[in-house]
Amino acid sequence: MPKYVGQRVKRTEDPRLIQGLAHYVDDVRLPDTLHVAFLRSMYAHARINSIDVSEASHAPGVVAVYTGQDVAGKIGPVPCAAALPDLKVPDYRVLATDHVVFVGHPIAVVVATDPYAARDAIDLIMVDYEELPAVVDVEEAAKGGPLVYEEYGDNIAYKLTAGEGDIDAALASADHVIKQRMVNQRLAPIAMEPRGVLARYFPGEQELTVWSSTQIPHLLRTQLAIMIGIPENKLRVITPEVGGGFGSKLNVYGEEALVGWISVQLGKPVKWIETRRENIQATIHGRGQIGYIEIGCKNDGTITGLRYNVFADLGAYHQLLTPAIPTLTGLMLSGAYKIPAIQINVTGVFTNKMATDAYRGAGRPEATYVVERAADLVAAQLGMDVVDVRRKNFPAPDEFPFKTATGLFYDSGNYDAALQKALAMVDYKNLREEQKKAREQGRLIGIGVSTYVEICALGPSQAMPAGGWESATVRIEPTGKVTVLTGASPHGQGQETSFAQIAADELGVDLNDVTVIHGDTSIVQYGIGTFGSRATAVGGTAMFMAIEKLKEKASNIAAHLLKTEASNVAFKQGQYTKQAARAASAAGTPEPDVPVGEAPAGALPEPDTDDKKVTIQDVALAAHIAREIPPGSEPGLSATYFFEPTNFTFPFGTHIAVVEVDRDTGDIKFLRYVAVDDCGRVINPMLVEGQIHGGIVQAIGQALFEELVHDEQGQLVTGTLMDYAVPKASMLPWFELDRTETPSPVNPLGVKGVGEAGTIGATPAVVGAVVDALAPFGVRHLDMPIKPEAVWKIINAQ
Amino acid sequence: MKKAVSVTVNGVAHHDEVEPRMLLVHYLREVLALTGTHVGCETSICGACTVILDGQSVKSCTMFAVQADGASVTTIEGLAANGQLHPVQEGFWEQHGLQCGYCTPGMIMAAAQLLNRNPDPSQAEIRHGLEGNLCRCTGYQHIVEAVQYAARKTKASAATGD
Repeated sequence: MPKYVGQRVKRTEDPRLIQGLAHYVDDVRLPDTLHVAFLRSMYAHARINSIDVSEASHAPGVVAVYTGQDVAGKIGPVPCAAALPDLKVPDYRVLATDHVVFVGHPIAVVVATDPYAARDAIDLIMVDYEELPAVVDVEEAAKGGPLVYEEYGDNIAYKLTAGEGDIDAALASADHVIKQRMVNQRLAPIAMEPRGVLARYFPGEQELTVWSSTQIPHLLRTQLAIMIGIPENKLRVITPEVGGGFGSKLNVYGEEALVGWISVQLGKPVKWIETRRENIQATIHGRGQIGYIEIGCKNDGTITGLRYNVFADLGAYHQLLTPAIPTLTGLMLSGAYKIPAIQINVTGVFTNKMATDAYRGAGRPEATYVVERAADLVAAQLGMDVVDVRRKNFPAPDEFPFKTATGLFYDSGNYDAALQKALAMVDYKNLREEQKKAREQGRLIGIGVSTYVEICALGPSQAMPAGGWESATVRIEPTGKVTVLTGASPHGQGQETSFAQIAADELGVDLNDVTVIHGDTSIVQYGIGTFGSRATAVGGTAMFMAIEKLKEKASNIAAHLLKTEASNVAFKQGQYTKQAARAASAAGTPEPDVPVGEAPAGALPEPDTDDKKVTIQDVALAAHIAREIPPGSEPGLSATYFFEPTNFTFPFGTHIAVVEVDRDTGDIKFLRYVAVDDCGRVINPMLVEGQIHGGIVQAIGQALFEELVHDEQGQLVTGTLMDYAVPKASMLPWFELDRTETPSPVNPLGVKGVGEAGTIGATPAVVGAVVDALAPFGVRHLDMPIKPEAVWKIINAQ
Repeated sequence: MKKAVSVTVNGVAHHDEVEPRMLLVHYLREVLALTGTHVGCETSICGACTVILDGQSVKSCTMFAVQADGASVTTIEGLAANGQLHPVQEGFWEQHGLQCGYCTPGMIMAAAQLLNRNPDPSQAEIRHGLEGNLCRCTGYQHIVEAVQYAARKTKASAATGD
């Protein structure tokens, strides 16, 4: 039995966070720091005739003002890593020069001695704009509409068709073909910590250190090196505490390069902290798909084929992964079902808005929404129960690895087991009876079911724009303390704890003797980062493999100390014993024999060994003293592993929402919310629950509350948290969770990933529940966010 | 034209000259170097900047430092006493009431003040009491449990006279 893995271990990161002792970017304080503020376009589309910064330059406290002209040729374009055939890639500069294409587009930057002075001077910059017609609606933009870029002749960034099977034949052979327009509205990720960058140039060393609130420190370092021309080995990116990301910090932003470049120019630390208004305008948006489905089914509920023609609202520019997000939608269109023929036709469309990119789920919530809503539509068409339609189309547990018509191999699954568990939790049969009775009494109760599957642990490098592996170094220091360096860059997920749980079990040491370090490119070997529910499945596995490597070396040293062969040494609970058959002491993990508070006589204390057993701490000390190690072997006790997964993982589960709609107000109230998730082997159930809770709430946000609204001129109407409805505690139900555990065969830990499950699985359950509540009014589908106003109108339509 | 301001923060008296427009949160963070209080929006919605001022929880991003003249302020750094975590801090740790931790100081201050007002709140009262504080990570359920933990703990301590 592992001591820590599988347990509700309290987080080791928490003491600093609950006492206000942690350091986010804005909490890092350097002497003589200069502060920047941005002038951003107030128009969605305009030509810039001139920019006059003379007054701003002379304002009190202002040190410098830079415009697009000042940095032209000095800072490279904002990168896009998504390579698609015939993709149009606009030249996206860190500051606009003569053409602005979205509200919030940076035009100029003021550097001043304090942030108030910088903000004041922004108002003194005179910009002569010539407003141009903006294109806001994605379908209008696809048809023609005003052009974001005259030179392209249209607004189409790319078109792509994917999927397998004869979709025309599949739909022709169906007894029913159901069509529906589906909207996945634009959302704002809203990490509670806005973006922030602090840069410090060391002129003597010619080194630049950039603190940034990012999910990808190493990828950012590489891209910054390219953008501003500093050698990558002279550039250090540090991600201190990161206050949430949700994909919005899985990116390379112009501000990151610009702030670094300014620090080099001025030779002083330079800081930029994004305001919330800037965050909603100019940090990536998520979703933004409008599509049309055609789903074919037999009279018995068997799905024959699914076609999805989708217009992806990319915005005006590509950020790091913008055009790739809809391709993930295409990959996941089979959902949890055997669908013989699937086709997705993506039209990626430029609009005069901020770029869309990866927001928690990144293309997969869109797919799950489409497939799950389609399953509900099939049920409505055939008069079947929504559960029966799903069960009819599940692959059986013995059909895994299951190949989809989108070209994926689902690693493992037992979809019906999770469904049955969730049905039992709500007492489904009885619940339907109660719903019937309630309807007879005039009450509007709805039940929504979502049986999702998602793709996690991104991913094999062959399927990724830039490396799908992850790295880890594990060291045991001379004093026996364990240091883990992970290339993953967690930002709230708790891997300092969950990785320590794994390492402590594998090495037989105390959890508190393991420190997990991440997010500093000068300390940690190159890594990829935390996104796509990959940190534990890929990064955790890298650490596990590094530990295996380290233990092999430790075992050789232990054998040498015990004067025997490595094959005669057994390792258990932190102790090597001679003879494999002898059990380790029942006392458990021994304390490391390191004197506390007294200097050893020599350079290092002496390892405490006898000829029968030796602790791993003593092995570590011996490895560093290096007088008693096997001849020819390397001193030290450290191992690094770069893990390349062979496949993605595919977590799944069932979410059931029960809602009641108020006839008088249209208000939607949750009666129950049940979720049974299967994310493979669970390292820390408490952290898994936290991920699922948070994910579900973001899904409820999309289903009922959140949307980025632009008016016809492209002005962002929901530009602050007063207008953009992030869910509050009072708007949410109590979540009842359970799980099944189907280990993944893709990695030795058996873990799948859970960071995005709630966001992917919950949205269709909530929408399905509201639609079901309104079924007596003939409603089969509603667009998100479903607001009381729309519900009220349906109930009160004459 | 700077103005004099005298504020007691976490029991320590401070006298400073500040710009009249300096926000209280910037005074705490930039002048006093108490960076545990965060800024998450500019519109008084998110509550990341919540501190306790003369017994009331306030959003320090929508109050000027000069308005706090003569007041007594408690920030997250001052909540633990004599090396002992406040029951709400303990509850957040025990019940996994935080993930990224950015909203946490404000959330904890708001929860502490909520329990001062109502030592035995129902789930609905906790949720209503924390409406002024946004969390994007936890989905609030563990936060509710953290506050319930703190309420139990406080009640138990009172009963044993701790």
